[in-house]
Amino acid sequence: MSVGNTPELVTDKLTLNIGPSHPITHGTLRIQVQLDGETIERAACEIGYLHRGFEKQAENCFYQQVIPFAERLNYMGPVHNSNAWCYAVEQLLGIEAPPRAQAIRVVTSELARIMDHTVCLGTNLVDLGALTNFWYLYGYREKINELFEELCGARMMVNYPRIGGVMEDIPEGWLEKVKEVMTEMDVVISEVKGLVAKNRIFLDRTRGVGVITKEQAISWGITGPTLRACGLDYDIRKQNPYWGYEQYDFEVPVYNNGDTNDRMMIRFDEMEQSRRIILQAADKMPDGLFVSDDTRISLPEKDKVYNTMEGLISHFKLIMHGIPVDAGEVYSVTEGGNGELGFYIVSDGGPNAYRVRVRPPCFANYSVFPHIIVGSQVADIAAALGSINIIAGELDR
Amino acid sequence: MDQTSIASKVAEQFAGKIVSSGEYAGQSFITINPPQLVEILIWLKSEQDLKFDRLMDIGGVDLIDHPSEPDHRFEVVYQLLSFEYRHRFRIKVAVKDDTVPVPSLWTMWGMANWMEREVFDLFGIHFEGHPNMRRILCHEDFEGHALRKDYPIDKRQTLSRPVASIMTEKQEWA
Repeated sequence: MSVGNTPELVTDKLTLNIGPSHPITHGTLRIQVQLDGETIERAACEIGYLHRGFEKQAENCFYQQVIPFAERLNYMGPVHNSNAWCYAVEQLLGIEAPPRAQAIRVVTSELARIMDHTVCLGTNLVDLGALTNFWYLYGYREKINELFEELCGARMMVNYPRIGGVMEDIPEGWLEKVKEVMTEMDVVISEVKGLVAKNRIFLDRTRGVGVITKEQAISWGITGPTLRACGLDYDIRKQNPYWGYEQYDFEVPVYNNGDTNDRMMIRFDEMEQSRRIILQAADKMPDGLFVSDDTRISLPEKDKVYNTMEGLISHFKLIMHGIPVDAGEVYSVTEGGNGELGFYIVSDGGPNAYRVRVRPPCFANYSVFPHIIVGSQVADIAAALGSINIIAGELDR
Repeated sequence: MDQTSIASKVAEQFAGKIVSSGEYAGQSFITINPPQLVEILIWLKSEQDLKFDRLMDIGGVDLIDHPSEPDHRFEVVYQLLSFEYRHRFRIKVAVKDDTVPVPSLWTMWGMANWMEREVFDLFGIHFEGHPNMRRILCHEDFEGHALRKDYPIDKRQTLSRPVASIMTEKQEWA
């Protein structure tokens, strides 16, 4: 066949479905693209495959019963979600957790952030064909899982935070182990980063791919590392500090290109900063109560329940009638692994919330996705999707 | 600026157009009627010392069982954030029932696209001017609106038909 025949070649537009069950989605997402050759001309996303009615369920449970459900939102860093839920209810109650409980929350939430970022980077690099990094990162994550196991007996879904504090005090010597695991992080970061940061294949696959501009980031409500990779400096831990974040010395890394490469590199830097926060919090861990001693909010010690009348009454009241909350409403925000995790709770004065609305970071972050992949290649979908780190659990609730 | 002063500033500017306002736990909000929504948000976005340039969340509330028994059944709640001043504010739109449309903010903020679809899906509130008012979390064939208070929590619907095409007419509507 001669070269001259090529202009007459008739090609059809091809519609391609990716997902809902596909290895690159790391969850249940469906992307439909229209292709002209290898180039994406049109794209659309469908979500809801993991919709399990979290909000409805939360409206039909006592406030304290929502804690384990909340952990299933972002299942890559579960403990942050329940910490955030307890914080939201505390705001509704108008109370503050004791300083020791707040410092424990900082340590656990930052550990959760590191877990979230290791999974994001590990799986995203697998999608790009770099399997070795996955083992390094998951091996490190396993050590954090073991820390949680020692802390409360569970590895992932820890159910450790409580309204007014945490379930029980940290075990003796636990903080030393946390510090030890944190010092091992250098090896992981330098080794994994060393393998990819200047790797030609990695750079070609990620630079300039899936670019989110500043204007898009503001218009689409992007938050978290994805926002900061676009050159916009916004971190709730710095701007509206909670749990005493203002007393820790850390930086908010900001990158400028807004492409896949920046979104991945910023996560390495964030892990580094999380480690700084954890080491400071472990050093400065205040003494005192680990949960509020207000008997209307937190369960009394077992000793008091079995041996005193007051203890038995408050235990019974909490289990049977729940926590007394005034009628009111609050929108509470914290900085989750992927961005702003907001809980909007409306209370009518009953033991369960009248309305619970979760503002998941992934929902807003993902809604821009069909717009950023148009014009790129099919293989770029894997790279861009992984770097935004869509967690179907909180996307669909 | 703290939320109380923001609320009084808005109340001053739009006197007579505000249904109610309130404060709880240091957070203020105002309730307005649907026709005023766009006007107030444009003002909040452009006013020099407010600059609410980011819309963070849109959520619905069904007030049919609420003890305060308001005149309207639904509320659509908008959470605003100013990127420059780092302050937040909440606007609530009183929606009498599901026949009253709320203006869509899709042209002002891209994120309103999916968020409004979600409110429509779970509460049945319509957004006027939205280009792609389809369900987003529940299946197309789902009957009823799951987060309404009169939708029973234990009701199950079996839906398994796959949706062949999810493409929108224009790419920017996706």
